[in-house]
Amino acid sequence: MEHGSFKDNSHATFTLGEEDHTLANAVRFVLNQDPRVTVGAYTIPHPSLESVNIRVQTTGDPAKEVFKDACQELMQMNRHVRSVFDKAVTEYKAEQERKEKKAAEELQRQRELFGSMDIESN
Amino acid sequence: MESDGEEEVRRIVTDEEKLEAQNFNIFDLPDVPKGLPPHLELQRTRVVCEVKAPLHATGTIYSGAYISSGVDNSVNLENFSENFKVDVISLTKTDMVFDMIGIPPGVANAFRRILLAELPSMAIEKVFVVNNTSIIQDEVLAHRLGLIPIVADPRLFEYLSENDQPNERNTIVFKLHVKCPKGDPRRKVLSSELKWLPNGSELLKESAGGSTTNPKTHTSFSRSQDSFPEFADNPIMPSFQDILIAKLGPGQEIELEAHAVKGIGKTHAKWSPVATAWYRMFPEVILLKEFEGKHAEELVKVCPRKVFDIEEMGQGRKRATVARPRDCSLCRECLREGDETIEGEAKSKGKAEAKSEGKTEAKSEGKAEAKGKRDWVDQVALRRVKNHFIFTIESTGSQPPDVLFTEAVKILEDKCERVISELS
Repeated sequence: MEHGSFKDNSHATFTLGEEDHTLANAVRFVLNQDPRVTVGAYTIPHPSLESVNIRVQTTGDPAKEVFKDACQELMQMNRHVRSVFDKAVTEYKAEQERKEKKAAEELQRQRELFGSMDIESN
Repeated sequence: MESDGEEEVRRIVTDEEKLEAQNFNIFDLPDVPKGLPPHLELQRTRVVCEVKAPLHATGTIYSGAYISSGVDNSVNLENFSENFKVDVISLTKTDMVFDMIGIPPGVANAFRRILLAELPSMAIEKVFVVNNTSIIQDEVLAHRLGLIPIVADPRLFEYLSENDQPNERNTIVFKLHVKCPKGDPRRKVLSSELKWLPNGSELLKESAGGSTTNPKTHTSFSRSQDSFPEFADNPIMPSFQDILIAKLGPGQEIELEAHAVKGIGKTHAKWSPVATAWYRMFPEVILLKEFEGKHAEELVKVCPRKVFDIEEMGQGRKRATVARPRDCSLCRECLREGDETIEGEAKSKGKAEAKSEGKTEAKSEGKAEAKGKRDWVDQVALRRVKNHFIFTIESTGSQPPDVLFTEAVKILEDKCERVISELS
């Protein structure tokens, strides 16, 4: 829900229902990075009500577009986080498997060595 | 006005010179310093932890804050993609520790909040008690059953709303029937006694009219749950088999049926799929002064986390170094006023042993006044690196922690998408 004025669409307040600090703080960060934004802030009117008001004031561009761009950028950042994380986890798991295999081979080799030594002593 | 001023040398400005003038960038000159001066860089990237309170904790968010120095403070997608890194430190089936570098704190906190409160999981919600003669009241027993973590992937189940019929796609049914015979000693009821009923409820519903040919139970399973491929080999059971539910004395009995449904932590904490999830910022410990001999030993002894170590320098001289800055818990014990006097000739050399990413050395010129005081406040610098988080996720067992984190990121994406679609 957008609360703004019909004449000047560069200042607006967006009310999001069923949201809280989780989304609002993350969006606020990305919003403030945008050079077109003069005011980017959020407030929670009452903690018992699940709603958050996000205020966006820009230097001329429509506030709705700027807010949408911020959400879009946050979404892409998340996608990137997910891909980097998945890659790091698969690499780690592969590394662990390699280490385990090496340790198992080492153990096997040592067992064989001891086995052959017994035969020699006999 | 002298006419000498008119005798300027007039020459033709060549095209090359014009091009040079156009492309001139002051930062290309050899002796202009690049980047921010060290004290501003410190403000921008580190939280300085002093004895009383942390400094520079709120970041400068605005992307153009340092534009006059030629430094771009923005975290737009290209910068972020280049600088973002994840290092997995340890990963087991239930616990995970990993580093996230280059992520803004608001987003890291959003992940933590989602992990705790908005990831779905399965937990017992409705308990049908047939017989309970133990000393544990019905409701207390039901509450305890609800808190038991269940190994079942919630992505395979749907939410059960009030108007839905409980069926095999949204409910898991457990049965608990234990008795302590007269004459036996007291016995414990552990979570291993919860038996999974893949065919649904066995309790009959009381029907209003006369006896029907098909008695209805409390759930309507159209097919058995263990015919699902995921559950054929792994039966659904509690994550830990040794959770104590109740204790029975001789002659007491408990018989009940429990239905587990999907929910999120916001509604009730039993649906939180993580035991806990937290993050801390990467600590950086820098010795602003050379700690030698006796002072070095004191420093090493004082730290409860053994962050410092002694290094032999030959000729019997010892020196303190920062060996494990990662373990620092910021207890500030090394900053506290000690009982010993430290003869300070505070040298202005900083020892940057920590894993800082190529930042300039900590110059302590401002703090180099010779301190004969008793405190170590100015000799050790404790800092936190902004945008570098050590995340720890402990799962309760239903899903491995790396899956949980991926799901949490997906949920934040979905939230953004919902906002975008609402606005369009």
